[in-house]
Amino acid sequence: MSVKTLSNTALDLSTLSVREVNRILHAAEDGAFTVLHPNGAHALACGLNAPIDVSIQGHAGYYCAGMNKAASVTIDGTAGTGLAENIMSGTVRVTGDASQSAGASGHGGLVVIEGDASARCGISMKGVDIVVGGSVGHMSAFMAQSGILAVLGDAGEALGDSIYEAHLYVRGKVAGLGADCVEKEMRPEHIAELRALLDRAGYPDVDATTFRRYGSARTLYHFHVDNVGTY
Amino acid sequence: MTGAPKTPRTVPRKSATFDEHTLSEIRRAAATGIYDIRGAGAKRALPHFDDLLFLGASISRYPLEGYRETCRTDVVLGDRFASKPIHLKIPITIAGMSFGSLSAQAKEALGRGASAMGTSTTTGDGGMTEEERGHSSQLVYQYLPSRYGMNPDDLRRADAIEVVIGQGAKPGGGGMLLGQKIGARVAEMRNLPEGIDQRSACRHPDWTGPDDLEIKIQELREITNWEKPIYVKVGASRPYYDIALAVKSGADVVVLDGMQGGTAATQDVFIEHVGIPILGAIRPAVAALQELGMHRKVQLVVSGGVRNGADVAKCLALGADAVSIGTAALVAIGDNDPRWEAEYNALGTTAGAYDDWHEGNDPAGITTQNPELASRLDPIEAGRRLANYLAVLTLECQTIARANGKSDVRNLEPEDLVALTVEAAAMARVPLAGTDWIPGQNGR
Repeated sequence: MSVKTLSNTALDLSTLSVREVNRILHAAEDGAFTVLHPNGAHALACGLNAPIDVSIQGHAGYYCAGMNKAASVTIDGTAGTGLAENIMSGTVRVTGDASQSAGASGHGGLVVIEGDASARCGISMKGVDIVVGGSVGHMSAFMAQSGILAVLGDAGEALGDSIYEAHLYVRGKVAGLGADCVEKEMRPEHIAELRALLDRAGYPDVDATTFRRYGSARTLYHFHVDNVGTY
Repeated sequence: MTGAPKTPRTVPRKSATFDEHTLSEIRRAAATGIYDIRGAGAKRALPHFDDLLFLGASISRYPLEGYRETCRTDVVLGDRFASKPIHLKIPITIAGMSFGSLSAQAKEALGRGASAMGTSTTTGDGGMTEEERGHSSQLVYQYLPSRYGMNPDDLRRADAIEVVIGQGAKPGGGGMLLGQKIGARVAEMRNLPEGIDQRSACRHPDWTGPDDLEIKIQELREITNWEKPIYVKVGASRPYYDIALAVKSGADVVVLDGMQGGTAATQDVFIEHVGIPILGAIRPAVAALQELGMHRKVQLVVSGGVRNGADVAKCLALGADAVSIGTAALVAIGDNDPRWEAEYNALGTTAGAYDDWHEGNDPAGITTQNPELASRLDPIEAGRRLANYLAVLTLECQTIARANGKSDVRNLEPEDLVALTVEAAAMARVPLAGTDWIPGQNGR
């Protein structure tokens, strides 16, 4: 791992506490910061509220970059549960894998996981765009409301269970679809939408036409006795 | 000659088991094939605060002079870790109720009434509205499994954060707001299509269990600069363990809601058959706090069927630091008011029984998103009524506290209470009136 020092503020968690690091990041209105020796610390760089750049050199614990707004956060390592949960805007990227519930209930912005994401990736997503370079685990996009989840690898069981209006694109195999989630036609506007997202996420060479699209059948939008067996 | 005497007939007898309501529910179920959904809390008779009495003072205890000697009512919530705890003038708060389930006017009225009395209100599922933030001097922001409308800006402009695990009307249940109430504004706040039935999840999307919750609370503290008190709210089911785990997870305040607590929309079978009455939940919760050495350090707020100052006083005597009211607050601002009787009749019900809050047709303009109905509620006048009601609860509680010789309502204690029934004695862990018998205690 390289340590950026030029025009960067280094924040070393071997000498600073998470509280001290977050306080510095919250106070910044701009600039770049490198967080050293995270060692799986939880709640790191959460609640950022300004267009700053944060590079975390190592593995992050739970809720890294949670509720991010405007900031650009890169984790050069892996991320624990709830990466960028409830992200509002900005970008969060992890070069390795992410644990469960990555991007959970995110309202906006972009989350890029270059490795795999575990279960419930994009659960309750509300406008965030998520791109996973590898595969996602079971129950991903559960109750997903809006935004895009693009998976370059495979998806686990029950993809998109009880989905609302989120758009799901998977390039590999889907182990199974959840309740009310169906495969849909990949029309030109969807290819264009996915193309733009892949470019934004740093995957310009990935062919958007090789993905399949999934979304809501909208049969569970109104609670009805005929659907009891589905719930 | 007259004929043989007629055989005496017994009068028609209806079943206590299959009573009128039960029969009507069987017919309704047979006709529709779907369970009944309604608002409000448990309606069945339950062991409750009416089964307790205060002893008052006599030779062994001195009373305090009413209207002359001070009896404090203020309470601080959340001073365990938060740098800006909540200071309430009265130990009665307004429970979480969402914009969506309630009209904007109703939320404003709750804010106005609570603020006038120096206490807090609470958001609900669906996020924070300007009406409630603007009119609530102290606003608790609920952090719910659905995360509808959840954003860090509102988190920071709240005065406290309440992580909702469950509620008394439906411990273990999620929510359902039917499409009739998902108007344009509600839909936008929740990021959902307008007019669809909206489900609220029963589990949080990014944590499971107390170990995760501890980290989640850390995240919330980090985002809010360790300023805001963090409450954890649970429905009353296994209070001893739940409160212990909430404390372990780092809660500043625990909120315990009994099965009489209201809901916007839940299956009737859930409301009536899951969870326990608040009467049976307070003492186990207090026991957990005491065993951890955290009683009064982590404050306990209880709710579920609090109606008058005696109920408030009994909650405090059993060890709570404050109470929360929901249904009673709605009634105070006009819910189920007889002035709308004709319209309740037209809906097939009557004032006092109206509970189809999910349908959005509330004549009182409270549990609705219909602009015409909602406009019937004057938030200023309704807020005044709530303030009056809160004042009465407080005065009644003080009256009882003084009669028991207490200069602070939170000095009330279990020893001030007796029970009228064996069940209440066992649940509240106070003696049956006229005896020294506490069922289940000391091997008796």
